[in-house]
Amino acid sequence: MSALSEAVRTRVGLLAVRFPTKRAALLPALWVVQETEGWISGEALAEVAATLDVAPADAEGVASFYFLFSRRPTGRRVIDVCDNLVCGANGGARLLADLCARLGIAPGETTADGRFTVRRQECIAACDQAPAVQVDLEYRGPVASADALLAELDS
Amino acid sequence: MSTFEPVLLRRRGLDRSGDLDVYEATGGYRALRKALGSMTPQQVIDEVSASNLRGRGGAGFPTGRKWSFIPKDAPVKYLAVNADESEPGTFNNRVFIDADPHALVEGILLCCYAVGIGAAYLYIRGENRAGARALERAIAQAREKGYLGKGILGSAFSCEIEVFRGAGAYICGEETALLESIEGRRPQPRSRPPFPALVGLFGKPTVINNVETLGCVPDIVDRGAAWFKSIGPETAPGPKLYCLSGHVRRPGVYERPMGTPLRELIEEHAGGIRDGKRLGFVIPGAAASTALLPSEIDVPMDFDSLKKLGTELGAGGITVLDETVCIVETLERLARFFRHESCGKCVPCREGTVWQHRLLEHLVDGSGDARDVELLGSVSRQMTGRTLCALGAFAAAPQLGALGKFSEHFAAHAAMGRCPLKAVA
Repeated sequence: MSALSEAVRTRVGLLAVRFPTKRAALLPALWVVQETEGWISGEALAEVAATLDVAPADAEGVASFYFLFSRRPTGRRVIDVCDNLVCGANGGARLLADLCARLGIAPGETTADGRFTVRRQECIAACDQAPAVQVDLEYRGPVASADALLAELDS
Repeated sequence: MSTFEPVLLRRRGLDRSGDLDVYEATGGYRALRKALGSMTPQQVIDEVSASNLRGRGGAGFPTGRKWSFIPKDAPVKYLAVNADESEPGTFNNRVFIDADPHALVEGILLCCYAVGIGAAYLYIRGENRAGARALERAIAQAREKGYLGKGILGSAFSCEIEVFRGAGAYICGEETALLESIEGRRPQPRSRPPFPALVGLFGKPTVINNVETLGCVPDIVDRGAAWFKSIGPETAPGPKLYCLSGHVRRPGVYERPMGTPLRELIEEHAGGIRDGKRLGFVIPGAAASTALLPSEIDVPMDFDSLKKLGTELGAGGITVLDETVCIVETLERLARFFRHESCGKCVPCREGTVWQHRLLEHLVDGSGDARDVELLGSVSRQMTGRTLCALGAFAAAPQLGALGKFSEHFAAHAAMGRCPLKAVA
């Protein structure tokens, strides 16, 4: 029983022969899983690792290093809020706190209804739009308030 | 200076600026045609060397010299393009790629032609999915018109570009961590030597260049080294993309000649400090640079002038903060960033960034005293020069600089148990 859908398996198979080493396909393959499933399960990771001849613990060491690879299910929308220096100086920390308060979760958590995950993110290179966020990796900013952002996402 | 015309951002704002036909209609791929039609690879290297182009990632290393380090007879070599822009305050790669992805593609192709490279890996931070898509699109368009692939424009030169997405880790902007990341290993910096010019990506000689550096190359080839050298200081010429953000009226990327005074950038281009406040301090070259006082902002923004002031140009991320902002709180936030981003390979950085952050937290929350200030200096000094890569030194430098320059403010925190700026009037 495969942990990966046939479409994902096909794409990972193509990636495995695309680069000078099989192993170099690891990040692109994990992206395929992340973007189709919304997260990377232990089973999916093991199957990708096996396809690319990477030891499972080794693949885990790579996957867990990166912020954008989720090792548990996320909400349907993932909101990454930057509260680094420039966003912080423009209300980013307040925005993160308000957003979490409205949704009744802490940073890194997912709402009980599975709609939203909110994460505290480091600088996303959008200091000109501070306070900036990414919703499912799409840039938005400057964000006027948590309520305004949630209203936008509702519509 | 007033006659300066944008180079890197000249297509920003054009309708469909990312499309091939618009790029071609505005002089795009003319440099590639010229190089393939009438220049040897060595002549391209010579032109870039003569231009004095220096790497825009922060180190300021001469690009032509970097290219000439690559062994000519190596059968397989690579170019790794660093678009992992992640240092707080820096966003010029994002803006440049959005505005003109084909210019980056052309710069990459010219580098590959000059150095004899058949494959380039363009490593872009995972968050910038829009940039990755714009580049994929540009690459597909370029391939269709024969600018990319086998036998480019009927010549013997073949080249492929692979867009490779990072997944959220600042350390991947460190050049050897970037190579490890592409190779599918934990992105921890390598020990040098061997240097990537000899043993780089997949063990082959590798050039690693910043986005903005490569963005300068098409115009150097098209208009010549003398034109490039006529912009800005002779020792570090050319246009520069300055990112201004923080408490300025008009945050954004401003393209000006290298060496433009910081005051001009803040006051004329970014519109000065907003909300009627006064300038507090400026972080001139993103998180790893020592903050500048209002009395220091007449400095020309180039590698050497900032070094003389004990700070760095970095990649051109200028964070402007007003008089209400506390330097200790600012450093605490940056220390949290470095603590989060330290890859954990070298002890002085892994442990030092945690110590720095804790000490600064104490100074911010009022539980710190003079011994913490002293220890912050001691820890920072012990991190410097004792790690495989520059992240440890990056984390240490702004602390050490500020401990000297803002010593009274640190002392007040330690003595009063709070920020003197937040004193009740």
